[in-house]
Amino acid sequence: MSNDMSFKRIYVIFIRQWFLFRSNPIRLVTVFLWGIMNIVLWGFITKYLGTLGQAAFSFATALLGAIILSEFMNRIQQGIMTSFLEDIWSQNFINFFASPLEIREYLGGLVLTSIITSLASFAVLILLAGIIFGYNILEAGLFILPFLLILFLFGMAVGLFITAIIFRFGPAAEWLGWPLPFLLSIFSGVFYPIATLPSAFQILARLIPASYVFESFRSILSGNYFFSGLLSNLLVGTALAIFYLMLAYIFFLRVYRANLRSGALARFGAEV
Amino acid sequence: MKNETILKIENLEKSYGKLKAVDGISFSVEAGETFGLLGPNGAGKTTTINMLLGILEPTDGKIIMLGKNMAEHHAEVRCLINFAAVYAHLPSNLTVWQNLYIFGKLYEVKNLRSRIDTLMNEFDLKKFSATKAGLLSSGEFSRLNLAKAIINEPCLLLLDEPTASLDPSIAQQIREMVMAYAKKNGAAVVWTSHNMREIETVCNRVAFLSHGKILLTGDPRTLPAQQGKKDLEELFITVAREPLTLNEQ
Repeated sequence: MSNDMSFKRIYVIFIRQWFLFRSNPIRLVTVFLWGIMNIVLWGFITKYLGTLGQAAFSFATALLGAIILSEFMNRIQQGIMTSFLEDIWSQNFINFFASPLEIREYLGGLVLTSIITSLASFAVLILLAGIIFGYNILEAGLFILPFLLILFLFGMAVGLFITAIIFRFGPAAEWLGWPLPFLLSIFSGVFYPIATLPSAFQILARLIPASYVFESFRSILSGNYFFSGLLSNLLVGTALAIFYLMLAYIFFLRVYRANLRSGALARFGAEV
Repeated sequence: MKNETILKIENLEKSYGKLKAVDGISFSVEAGETFGLLGPNGAGKTTTINMLLGILEPTDGKIIMLGKNMAEHHAEVRCLINFAAVYAHLPSNLTVWQNLYIFGKLYEVKNLRSRIDTLMNEFDLKKFSATKAGLLSSGEFSRLNLAKAIINEPCLLLLDEPTASLDPSIAQQIREMVMAYAKKNGAAVVWTSHNMREIETVCNRVAFLSHGKILLTGDPRTLPAQQGKKDLEELFITVAREPLTLNEQ
């Protein structure tokens, strides 16, 4: 019993989500279905595109890999958001925050849930891409690890940010969270190189850590890269992701404290 | 724990801009005592309870639990408190057992599984163990709420209208359960209610709040006569409508 962070309480937040998944498997739709649909849809699109060109470039390799990586990031973001929304939908905040649960433990629990669900989704997508399209993302080698790290950190930052927005503006703000992955994918270069974008958008893309991952991923696949260039890309991506994560965490804490002062925490669920 | 001050509130204040929802109130609650917080809607009762729960930050003043300032010993103090309120829902999509397990873990209850078994027997919840909380009747849900409220055997139990919307028979059952717990554990209870007969039955001492201030405190059985009123209900109505006619204590 101290002010130290309790890993037991972080685990409880995960267990609460686990109980929900176990009691109603429909919740697994949010974890697996969107990713599976994306892989299947884009798998067949790339297969078709492959028949049009003269096969100098493998659309399947570039697009399926990028989609699996982008799904990993999206699951992290939406894993945090949907776990938070479960507590909004069940109007559970008073009971949680009146208990010894600290806000950082609660956030830790949301992050733990999102790590587990996104890794499960990642594994399923790798398996599916292999079975249906004979594609193996692990061919990109050990670079997959820093890619996943950057996407994990940035996904967490976006998840915390949108959760803070919902916490600040009320449950209706959840609708801002659902289309966010699509918005980010425009500037992240998931489907095309950043150079395809208009120059103003390119500047914006350079501020998004995920764009460094997808650019690096494409350059590895094309075999057209210098190790030092790749390394600096990954360092910039990691530094930006850490920076955004810190900002998102500070923003969330500020919103939480403002809610504590205004009384919004006690009556959360009502439109504010 | 008898005669020990469990809760001490000093000049507690909560302002929203110019509006003072709670205006410098002070009181204390001893071990084994049930303290009623009364007043019309908007008087500041729930605001006070929320500050005690740590989900609303006071503008000023101190909350001291067993000699520890809540602002400085947040997590530690909250392990000693628990609550039930008509507006604070437990997750309806978890079963009765899962609810007790989750909150027992949050409050770091030792031998949790055995504690849950004991509570389910005491509160007649055994047969609902695998039932989702959202499927329980009001009475069953209130029993679950109360079981959650005492799962950590709190020194201070905060009850905000715990029997609102319950039929008289179930309301009486809930009152008996709370009183049995408080007596057995020597716990202090802070109880808000609009049911004056209930307050007369359960409370040793009450405070009447109006516009965020404490107007009167005393024994609910003798206070009406001291104010020239026939009963607690008439006193309540006077506090709500003509607070200035009362003799402040």
